[in-house]
Amino acid sequence: MDAILIQILNGLDKGGAYALIALGLTLTFGTLGVVNFAHGALFMLGAFCAVSVQQLLTLSKSVKDESITFFDAYKDQPYLEIWWGDTGTAIIDYAVPISILFAIPIMLLIGVAMERGLIKHFYKRSHAEQILVTFGFAIVVQEIIKAFYGANPIPTPAPDIVSGSAAIGAMLGLSESLVYPWWRLIYLLFAGVVIFAVFAFLKYTTFGMVVRAGMADRETVSLLGINVERRFTIVFGIATVVAGLAGVMYAPILPPDYHMGMDFLVLSFVVVVVGGMGSLGGAVAAGFLLGILQSFASMNEIKSIFPGIDQIIIYLVAVVILLVRPRGLMGREGVMED
Amino acid sequence: MSTKDKSKDESRRDFLKATAATGIAASSPMFFVKDAYAGSHNMPFRNNPGSAKSVKFGFNVPQSGAYADEGADELRAYKLAVKHLNGEGDGGMMNTMKPMSLKGNGILGKKVEYVTGDTQTKSDAARASAKRMIEKDGVLMITGGSSSGVAVAVQGLCQEMGVIFMAGLTHSNDTTGKDKRRYGFRHFFNAYMSGRALGPVLKKEMGTDRKAYHLTADYTWGWTQEESIKNTTEELGWQTTAAVKTPVGAGDFSQYITPILNSGADVLILNHYGKDMINSLTQAVQFGLRDKQVNGKQFEIVVPLFSRLMAQGAGDNIKGILGTTNWNWSLKDKGSQAFVKSFGAEYGFPPSQAAHTCYVQALLYANACEQAGTFYPPQVIKALEGFNFDGMGNGPTEYRAEDHQCFKDVLVVRGNQNPSSQFDLLEIVQEVPRSQVEYPASMFGGELGPYVV
Amino acid sequence: MMKISLQNNAVVMLIFSAVVLTAPLWLAPIGADYPDLLQKFAIFGIFAIGFNILFGLTGYLSFGHAAFLGIGSYTAVWSFKLFTMNVLPAVILGTIMAGVFALAIGYISLRRSGIYFSILTLAFAQMSYSLAYSVLTPITNGETGLQLTMNDARVIDSLFGVEAEAGLPSTNLFGQVMSGYSGFYFCAVILIIGFYVSLKIFRSPFGLKLTAIKSNQTRMKYTGFNTRPYLLSAFVISGMYAGLAGALMSITDPLAGAERMQWTASGEVVLMTILGGVGTLIGPLLGVGIIKYFENIFSAMNPSALHEIFNFLPLWLENIVVGITRHFVGDGWHLTLGAMFMLVVIFLPGGVMEGITKLFNYIKKKLGLNRVDSEDHVSEGGDRK
Repeated sequence: MDAILIQILNGLDKGGAYALIALGLTLTFGTLGVVNFAHGALFMLGAFCAVSVQQLLTLSKSVKDESITFFDAYKDQPYLEIWWGDTGTAIIDYAVPISILFAIPIMLLIGVAMERGLIKHFYKRSHAEQILVTFGFAIVVQEIIKAFYGANPIPTPAPDIVSGSAAIGAMLGLSESLVYPWWRLIYLLFAGVVIFAVFAFLKYTTFGMVVRAGMADRETVSLLGINVERRFTIVFGIATVVAGLAGVMYAPILPPDYHMGMDFLVLSFVVVVVGGMGSLGGAVAAGFLLGILQSFASMNEIKSIFPGIDQIIIYLVAVVILLVRPRGLMGREGVMED
Repeated sequence: MSTKDKSKDESRRDFLKATAATGIAASSPMFFVKDAYAGSHNMPFRNNPGSAKSVKFGFNVPQSGAYADEGADELRAYKLAVKHLNGEGDGGMMNTMKPMSLKGNGILGKKVEYVTGDTQTKSDAARASAKRMIEKDGVLMITGGSSSGVAVAVQGLCQEMGVIFMAGLTHSNDTTGKDKRRYGFRHFFNAYMSGRALGPVLKKEMGTDRKAYHLTADYTWGWTQEESIKNTTEELGWQTTAAVKTPVGAGDFSQYITPILNSGADVLILNHYGKDMINSLTQAVQFGLRDKQVNGKQFEIVVPLFSRLMAQGAGDNIKGILGTTNWNWSLKDKGSQAFVKSFGAEYGFPPSQAAHTCYVQALLYANACEQAGTFYPPQVIKALEGFNFDGMGNGPTEYRAEDHQCFKDVLVVRGNQNPSSQFDLLEIVQEVPRSQVEYPASMFGGELGPYVV
Repeated sequence: MMKISLQNNAVVMLIFSAVVLTAPLWLAPIGADYPDLLQKFAIFGIFAIGFNILFGLTGYLSFGHAAFLGIGSYTAVWSFKLFTMNVLPAVILGTIMAGVFALAIGYISLRRSGIYFSILTLAFAQMSYSLAYSVLTPITNGETGLQLTMNDARVIDSLFGVEAEAGLPSTNLFGQVMSGYSGFYFCAVILIIGFYVSLKIFRSPFGLKLTAIKSNQTRMKYTGFNTRPYLLSAFVISGMYAGLAGALMSITDPLAGAERMQWTASGEVVLMTILGGVGTLIGPLLGVGIIKYFENIFSAMNPSALHEIFNFLPLWLENIVVGITRHFVGDGWHLTLGAMFMLVVIFLPGGVMEGITKLFNYIKKKLGLNRVDSEDHVSEGGDRK
C-alpha cells in the first residue's frame, strides 16, 4: 500500500515537472505554430540563471591555498561571507529561490529578443525551416554556455531548510516510510501555480482572448485594428519565461549542464503532441498521465513481468493514444495536421 | 605505395599539392590491400614513419557530450606527455619512471606530434574519428576515450587496422576480458578490481549483516560492475534485496528511488557513472536516504566508481560516500607528485584520474617503442606485454601479457567531509595492494587475436 | 538526337556518376579524400536520398528513420556472423529487413498526418533504440555494439571451405576487401544506382501523385483517390534506402551500435535534407557533405593545425586569425554547425540548393542567356506553406 501511495505521489511529481516543462512548448508550438527546437535550450538557460545567480552570490576573493604545495593554487572565499559573515552564508544558501526573481526578467528579455530577431520571420516559413533555424539556435546557445561553464554538471542545491525529506506518512498518520523530498513537493506546487496562472491569463483576460482569436484567424483579427504581432511577441516571451522557470526550479533536482535541454526536448514534444496540438489543458493532462504511468512502469513488480517497459513506456503510451485519439487527448482540428 | 609512406614533416601546403598529384593513384581500387605488410618486421606496416623526422599520435577524446570536461582533461594530459617526450618542460614522470628507455628526444629520435578528434562518446563517431586519424593523418597509435563502449569499439577497429590502441578511461571488465584485443592495452582498473578493493573496507565500515539495493545503468558496463560488486558483498555475507536496471541518461531517477524506501535495504549501491551518478546520488540524498535508519543501522550509499569531476558535480552530496578510484592527485609517491607538479604548473589545477591514466598510457607506449627499437606494432606489443614498471603512481605495476590489463594498487576513497581546497574532494581511505585485486587472466574469457594483421 | 539538357535522365546520370566516382580527386584539396569520410558521404547520401523520397515528395516528416538505419546495420552484421563475409547477402537482407519494419511502422504511423505522424515515427524509433541498448542485448550486444567474433558460424563460408584467417575475417565482395577505397567505390556505385532510382521516382507518375498528396491531400481524397497505398509505398521505399545505408555502414565497418537509432540520428538526416534543400534531387547530398565534413574535419582541427593552415599570412595576422577561428573548430565545431544552420536558413530559404540555383540564374542573366531552363527541381524551395 505504501509502495503504491508513494508511486502515485512520485507520478504526480514527475507529471507536474513534465507538464511545466511542456507548458512553454505548448504556447510556442501549439499556439503560435512554431516548431521550436530551441525549447530545451530555453529550459537549460533557466537552469543556468540559477547557476549564474549562485556564482554571483559566491563571487569570491582568491586566497592562496596553503594546503597545496606542488604549485600555486588558490581557494575561494565568497565576498558575501567576508562582508556579512553568517548572513552572507544564509543568502548564498537561498541562491535558487533568489534566482527566480532574476530569471523572470532575463528570460522575458531573451524570449522577446528571440521572437523579434528570429522567430518573427519564420511564422510563415515551412516547419522544416523552423526546425533548422531553432535547432541551430539551440546548438549555438548550448555551445556558448559550455564555453562559459564547462560540460560538467554544476551542483545548485536547494536551501538547507528544504533540502531533506518531508515525513508525509508520519504527518498523515500513515507509514513512517512514506517520505518525499521537500523540494519536489515545492516543485509540484510551483508547477500547479504557474500552469494555473498561464491558463487564467489566456482564458479570462482580453489579451488572452485576442491571442486565441489571432491563432484561429490572424487576418481577421488584424483587420479589426488589433496588433496581433505584438501579442504574439508577448506570448513567446511568456513561453520563454515559463520554460526558464521550469529550468530554475529543476536545478536542485538535476545539477545543470549545457546539454540538459536536449535531454528534455523530445520528451516535451511527446507531451505536447500526446496532449493534442493547440490545447494547453491537453498538454497538462498528458504530462500527468505520462508521469504517473512512467512511475508505475518503473516498479520492480511491473518490470519483472515486462522487462524494459520503464524505458519505453512514454513512447508506447504516445503510440496508443495517438492511434486511439487522432488528435491526442484534446487536440484541435487542423493544427499541424498537414 | 602512395601518400601513406611519405614523410610527414613536410608542410601542410606541400602535403596538399602532393595529395592532389597522387590522387589518381590513390583512388584506384587496388590501393588498399590488407595483407600488404604481413610478415617480418622489416616489412612495411601501416603508417610506418620510415625516415620521417616525426611520428604522430592520435588523441581520440570526447570533446562534446556529457564527458567533454573529462575529455578536455585527457587532452591536457596528452599535450603534457608530448611535451615531456620531446624533452620540453620539467619532464614530469619521465624523472620517476623505472625502468625507462626514453631519452627526452622524442621516440627513437623522432619528434612526437599529435592530432585530436572528438569521440562524442558514441561508438560510430569514435570509430570515424579513429579512422580519420589512421587513414588521413597517418597516426601510429590511438589513445583516449571516456567510456567502455567506445573503448571496445575503437579497440576492435585498431586490431583490424593494425594500429595500437592505448585505452583511456574504461572500467568495464570486457575491455580486457571478453572483448580484449592484441592491439589494445588498458592501464585503468576495472569493475572486478573495484569490487575486490571495496570488499574489506565495506566489511570494516558496515559489517557483515547488510541488505544491499543496486541501481544499475542498463548497459554492459553497469552489468559487469553490478555483478562484480554483488559477488564481493555476497561473499561478505550481505544480502542483495534487489538489483534494478535504470535507463542511461534517465535524468530523473526518482521513480527508481521511491521503491528503496520500503524495500528494507540498508545500503544503496549506485552502479552509475558520470552524469547519471551525479543525478541519482543528488536525488537519493534528497529523498533522505542518508538520514534513514533501517534495521537499526544507518543507511549508507556506495558509489563503486567515482572521479573527482563527478564529485565536483555532486557537490555536498558526495561527502562521506565510499567508492574506488584509479588514482588521485593527493597521492604522495614520487611519480604522482612529479606529475601533479608539472600538470599544476602548466594548467593551474591538479589532474583528474582520467588525465593520469592517459598521460601514463602515452608514456608507456613511447617507452615500449624505444625499448623495442622499432615502431613495428608486433614488436612494440611484445615490449608492452609483461612490462613491469614503477614510479608512475599506484606503486609497482605490471602490464599482464595474457589480457593487456595493468595490475596495480587500487584506491578506496571517500568524499571528503572537510575539503581543505576546492580540489581536495576525495580522501584516500586505503591503498589496496595489488595482490588483493588480482585474478586469473582466463576468468573473463576472450581472445587477444594475432600479432600480425 | 539526344538533347543536352538536365531534363534528360541519361545526361544527369552521366554527370552525377562522373562527379561521384572522381570524388577522391576533387575532395583532396579540402582534406576529405580519405576512405572513411568518402564512405560516409556515399552512405549518408543514400540515407538522405531515401529520406527525401518520403519527406521531399509527400511532405511527411518522419522523425524515426534512424530506426531503419539501425535495423539494416544489425541485419548486415548478423548476415556476416551467420552466413558469409560476402557483402551481397548483407546488402540484400539489410534492405529487405528494413523494408519489412518500414511496412509495419509505416502502416501504423500513416494513419495520422502532420506532427502526429512525426511523433509516431519518433516513438517507434526511440523504442527500438531503448530496447536495442538494453533488453535486446542478446541480439544487439547493447552499448558495445554488435561485432564479429572468431567463433561465428558463417555457414555459407564454411560450406565453401573459405579458410579461416588468423584474425577476424574482413567483409568482401567475392574476395575484394570492402574497406578502404574499394569500400568507397562499392558504396559509390550503390549511391549512383540509388540516385537513379530516386530520379526515376521523382520524374514518374508515381512521384507526381506523391507531390499532389503533398500539395493537397484533402482534394485528392475527395476525388476518390486513395492516398494511403502511395504514401505507404513511399515510406517503405525510403525505409529500404535507410536499411541499405545501414547495411553499407556495417559493410565498410562491421560494428553496429544502438545509438545509430537514437532520435539524434533521425534528426541528423532531417537536418541534412533541409539544409541541402528539401525536395530537390541534389540538395540532400549537399547537406550530407556539409554536415559530415564539419563533424569529421572541423572537429579535428586544433590551434596547431590552424597555424599550419594560415601560415601563408603574416605572423601577426596569422595569430589573430587563429585566435578567433580556434573557437569554431575542435571542441567548438558544434558552434560552427549551429551558426551555419541559422545562416543558411535565414539567407537561403529552401536550403543550399536554392542558393546555388539563384547563383546559376544570376550568372545566366549576366551572360545574357535569356532562355530560362526549368530547373531540376520537382518542387521549388521545399514544402513552404
